[in-house]
Amino acid sequence: MNKLGMSAKKATGFKYFLWILPFMILVFLFSYFPLHGWIYSFYDYKPPRSLSDCDFVGLYWFKMLFSNKTQVAQLIQVMKNTFAMSLLGIMTSIFPLFFAVFLNEIKNKKFKTFVQTFTTLPNFISWVLVFSVAFALFSSNGMVNNFLMDNNFITEPIKFLDSDTHTYLKMLFWSMWKGLGWGSIIYLSSIASIDQELYEAASIDGAGRFQKMKYITIPELMPTFFVMLMMSVSNFLNNGMDQYYVFQNSFNKEHIQVLDLYVYNIGMTGSSYSLATAISMLKSIISVALLTVCNLVSKAVRGETIV
Amino acid sequence: MKGNKLDNASSAAKYKLSAGDKVFSVINYLVFGIFTLICIYPFYYMIINTISANDLSAAGDIRFLPSGIHFSNYQALLSLNGLGTAALVSIGKTVIGTVTTVLATAFLGFMFTQERMWKRKFWYRYVVIIMYFNAGLIPMFITMKTLGLTNTFWVYIIPGIVQPFNIILVKTYIESLPKSVQEAAEIDGAGVFRRFWQITLPVCTPILATVAIFAAVGQWNSYQDTLIYITDQKLYSLQYLLYTYINQASSLAAMVRNTGMQGMSAAALATQQTPTSIQMTVSVVVVLPILCIYPIFQRYFVKGIMIGSVKG
Repeated sequence: MNKLGMSAKKATGFKYFLWILPFMILVFLFSYFPLHGWIYSFYDYKPPRSLSDCDFVGLYWFKMLFSNKTQVAQLIQVMKNTFAMSLLGIMTSIFPLFFAVFLNEIKNKKFKTFVQTFTTLPNFISWVLVFSVAFALFSSNGMVNNFLMDNNFITEPIKFLDSDTHTYLKMLFWSMWKGLGWGSIIYLSSIASIDQELYEAASIDGAGRFQKMKYITIPELMPTFFVMLMMSVSNFLNNGMDQYYVFQNSFNKEHIQVLDLYVYNIGMTGSSYSLATAISMLKSIISVALLTVCNLVSKAVRGETIV
Repeated sequence: MKGNKLDNASSAAKYKLSAGDKVFSVINYLVFGIFTLICIYPFYYMIINTISANDLSAAGDIRFLPSGIHFSNYQALLSLNGLGTAALVSIGKTVIGTVTTVLATAFLGFMFTQERMWKRKFWYRYVVIIMYFNAGLIPMFITMKTLGLTNTFWVYIIPGIVQPFNIILVKTYIESLPKSVQEAAEIDGAGVFRRFWQITLPVCTPILATVAIFAAVGQWNSYQDTLIYITDQKLYSLQYLLYTYINQASSLAAMVRNTGMQGMSAAALATQQTPTSIQMTVSVVVVLPILCIYPIFQRYFVKGIMIGSVKG
């Protein structure tokens, strides 16, 4: 009886599994199975041919990455760009926190809601649209140049988009425009959950606005900030290509090419599938390592992992 | 973030606003006001330019108020090659993609709470872990090609059905609900589907609304999938088509400005299409759905973030 009951239970458990099996197959197909593509980095893969017709080259691409002079120079530039964009992102990751802290000081509820609603909006439009906005405002005959020329501030249109000056800062500007308001939401919700007695007690002790910010609000937000910081550190190499692809042109290519975009450029439009695979494989491995390190740091500092 | 309790805390101090406080307040309002304007103005700028006389618009004279209002830019879109198909593709992938993701997320989130499932913990980890690694662009492309998905509509849908992050959200949410109803239904002999469909699904609507919003916005906004997996123009999404328009506009704009416009009457000039007018009108059409549903979904994503910040 007992045995029968057990196996019936087991059968139900297995039946449950069968229901999710199709989805597990999807997960396998689109997340685990693609890993087999890494073997392409050990071949000299030329797309129309099948892999078995291509030469096995062993570690050729990996060696070339670090020995071929032009390749090394290119990779160093790409890594510089990746590091610059990621570092700028990390350095400015405190801005959403301050945004939230100062927005919280605004007592007019309508104004506050207004600010919050409209600063979050850019997060919900695509990078293509951001580029469209940038184009409408900053191209040679865009709004800004027209305005400056009409008022005789300048005689020649400023090349905001098709030049390679301050590319990092321009990219930072657009990602801030898109993400600042959105990034602050998590801090605003943390502020809402801070124990109000802390503020009351501080008021009684005669603490002013800034003292309350400095000694209550900001320290209370630090755990959240720390998690966000660790996440951005672990995503150091993963800038993605969405933003950089749309803003990329022949003028700014040197400084806008981050790792993800570089892989796209040499893999999909350039010559080598295999080299691109080799680079993205290295990238994936380093990323997982970074994530592990960040997890360990987080565990040591907060006693809690981030993932 | 309405109803912030902080307001009460500082109301005691209200009576003795110092000069420094006042200066701070003014600056604070000013800075937020300006930043908010910077966020809104580009949208406003594009909208007023698409309904203003195109020659004025091309000269950059439309900055704050529309002038010479006409709607021929929007009419002209109807004759634009490929735009109708792209709109259908975008709507299709947004609707089908969202529905499939939401259903799969709800179902998997629910199933992963069923403790009796065979190797439940293993399968849960098997799904969650895919958030943290990525085979890379070329291996993904090769996989899609092997599976015969490149240049098909389904490449927009199938790879995105299982989304671990959303599954964590839903699972966490279901686990926070009281278990007694589930147990009672089980004792009454309700099967796993009935419990999912009739008991769990209805109470999960708030979290599923959040998931749906993010899935829909993600689908509507993505262009990378088209860029990488699609070469067939019939399957272009709106976002990608817009991108090609802007790129063409950058080369066409200079040409149109210098030639061709001389002999035309003022009235014709006002409604004559320019690359800029086309680009901006398409942009407005692409952003309009987001602008329209934004006020409705705004309250959901705050909730979503709150739940998401609780670790799954």
